[in-house]
Amino acid sequence: MNKIVKYVMIDILKSKVVLTYLLFLIIICFSIFNLDDNTTKGILSLLNIILFIVPLISLIYSTIYIFNSGEFIELLVAQPISRKKLITSIYAAVSLSLVTAFILGTGIPILIYSPDKTGFLFIITGALLTLIFTSLAFLGSVITRDKAKGIGMAIFIWLFFSILYDGILLLIMFQFNDYPIEKLLMVLSSFNPVDISRILILIHTDYSALMGYSGALFKEFLGSQKGSVVIFIILIAWVIIPAIAAIRKFIRKDF
Amino acid sequence: MNTEEIFLIGKKLWQHILNGVTKILPFFIFIVVVFPLQAAVVNVSKQDKISSIKQAIAIALPGDTVIIHGGVYKEKNIVINKKLTLLGKNNPVLDGENKYEILTIKDVAGAVVSGITFQFSGFSSLKDLAAIKVIDSRQILISNNTILNTHFAIFIASSDNFRIEGNQIRGTPGDDEQSTGNGIHLWKNSYATIVNNRITGHRDGIYFEFVQHSTISNNYCKNNIRYGLHFMFSNNDEYIKNTFEENGAGVAVMFSHHIHMYSNHFMNNQGASTYGLLLKEINDGIIKDNVFEQNTIGIYLEGTNRIDVINNQFIRNGYALRIQASCNNNNVHSNNFFENTFDVATNGSLVLNNFNGNYWDKYDGYDLKHDGVGDVPYRPISLFSMVIENIPVASIFLRSFVVFLLDQSEKIIPSITPENLVDNTPLMKPVKM
Repeated sequence: MNKIVKYVMIDILKSKVVLTYLLFLIIICFSIFNLDDNTTKGILSLLNIILFIVPLISLIYSTIYIFNSGEFIELLVAQPISRKKLITSIYAAVSLSLVTAFILGTGIPILIYSPDKTGFLFIITGALLTLIFTSLAFLGSVITRDKAKGIGMAIFIWLFFSILYDGILLLIMFQFNDYPIEKLLMVLSSFNPVDISRILILIHTDYSALMGYSGALFKEFLGSQKGSVVIFIILIAWVIIPAIAAIRKFIRKDF
Repeated sequence: MNTEEIFLIGKKLWQHILNGVTKILPFFIFIVVVFPLQAAVVNVSKQDKISSIKQAIAIALPGDTVIIHGGVYKEKNIVINKKLTLLGKNNPVLDGENKYEILTIKDVAGAVVSGITFQFSGFSSLKDLAAIKVIDSRQILISNNTILNTHFAIFIASSDNFRIEGNQIRGTPGDDEQSTGNGIHLWKNSYATIVNNRITGHRDGIYFEFVQHSTISNNYCKNNIRYGLHFMFSNNDEYIKNTFEENGAGVAVMFSHHIHMYSNHFMNNQGASTYGLLLKEINDGIIKDNVFEQNTIGIYLEGTNRIDVINNQFIRNGYALRIQASCNNNNVHSNNFFENTFDVATNGSLVLNNFNGNYWDKYDGYDLKHDGVGDVPYRPISLFSMVIENIPVASIFLRSFVVFLLDQSEKIIPSITPENLVDNTPLMKPVKM
């Protein structure tokens, strides 16, 4: 297993895509922190970029990587290695390299400019988002054999969680605002990893205090210790469930 | 005798008189000016013959000074009914034992209370018990006292021309607003001056009801459970260079006109219904050179007419301005808006106010003429703030990308946000303060 992880890692490093990603993150973080004299505001500007870029890169890169190394995987499947071990190693290698790139790319600037609770929370959620969307990418690319279809699916997943989901929730909110829908909206938005990460970071900055009644409302639901734990459990579930589904699908897959 | 001699004698005589007068003059001045100042001093001390303040006041004549020496004095309701100067020496403490009003000044002109510590006044829902109560008096000075854990600290009613200066007032808030008194409570007064006081832990830091022509300056109000400063039916007053921090709300000005508010600092007034400055039914005031920092709502305007909001800084507030549709003819110009979540919010489509020549950090227009004024108008109201106004739970979408898209499209073609709420001359650079 370690051997496969090692080879995949070397392969990823050779292609330099992940290195470019790391460099890109570092440049963005430093430029944002230098533009804003207020680091909390810097974190919030970063939040918007990260919520957008991290899922996109994780999804597209993982999908393309799996399709491109299709022959390598087929070769290994023919070897006496358990399929479970094989897919887990590839998943571990891809996600490990992306997470490392993210942690280094945002971690260094955050450690320099904003080494506080919000900063660390930010790094942890970003890393979890990377894992979640790598899992989803694996699931997508195991389901389909067609590369175009796979990438299309990845882009759709990204579009869905970043934009469409909130659009649908807004629609529900406008249609049913005569009813007590607060709890329903909270629950629904917690099913979206992008939304829940955004909310998690917002309630740990002083933003919610400034929002008055409505801020107090969602701080009451999600801002407590219990709320944070629940949010993390949801995020981890988003990592594990698609990953297990992908592994199961891969084991039964007919090459 | 010829006329020349007569003239000479007259001249000599005149010189004698003049000589005599210059010799007598110092004594004369002494008698006229100094003698009345040498009014009697009555010393009160636990060790001396006169050990009770009441006793001292009884024997003192109008114009006398009563010096209270260090020690704890537990006397029920001391009343001053003549012109006296009450001075504390070596920190005397007047204790109300949680039962009585401590000191009452009634129908007096020119009394002074200075350098004394008051503590534990009684509490009553019927009578407003206070540490120092002044009724029907004139020219009163209350300075440099320390007032701890009282119901009302300083309560002044039906009095004119007085000064409250340099007092330290610390209360312990009760369970709710009803069981807590105000720090400095003024009712039906005029020409009051309130300077350099520090007021914490009361209901309202400073409360004005029917108070005219008064000045409040350089005070510091913190952690009061209702308002830092509260105006009701008080006209022609001004407050300058005060700081209002972490109160239930910074300042509330209600049902008043001609109030001038200059160079104050409103900060960290945060909570569900909390404002830096709350204006309700206010006419003809000026709000100038103030700083509003990290408040839930910087200024809340309701039923407000002809107010000028000039040269203020709004920094990192939830809402900088919340201007209800019931406001008319207010001018908001030459202000700086930095890093507020929402710059302006309103509750309707009717806008009868002017917003011109402000600096908005969210403005993304251009200035081709290079005259420092943006060529494209700025709309400070975002669609999202209108949505939150109607559906509070929408705040879970704060900083979501969809909301950003909606806001941008709304800015190009306004449909929900009021079309008239627009700054036609937004500044490219912040106003220098």
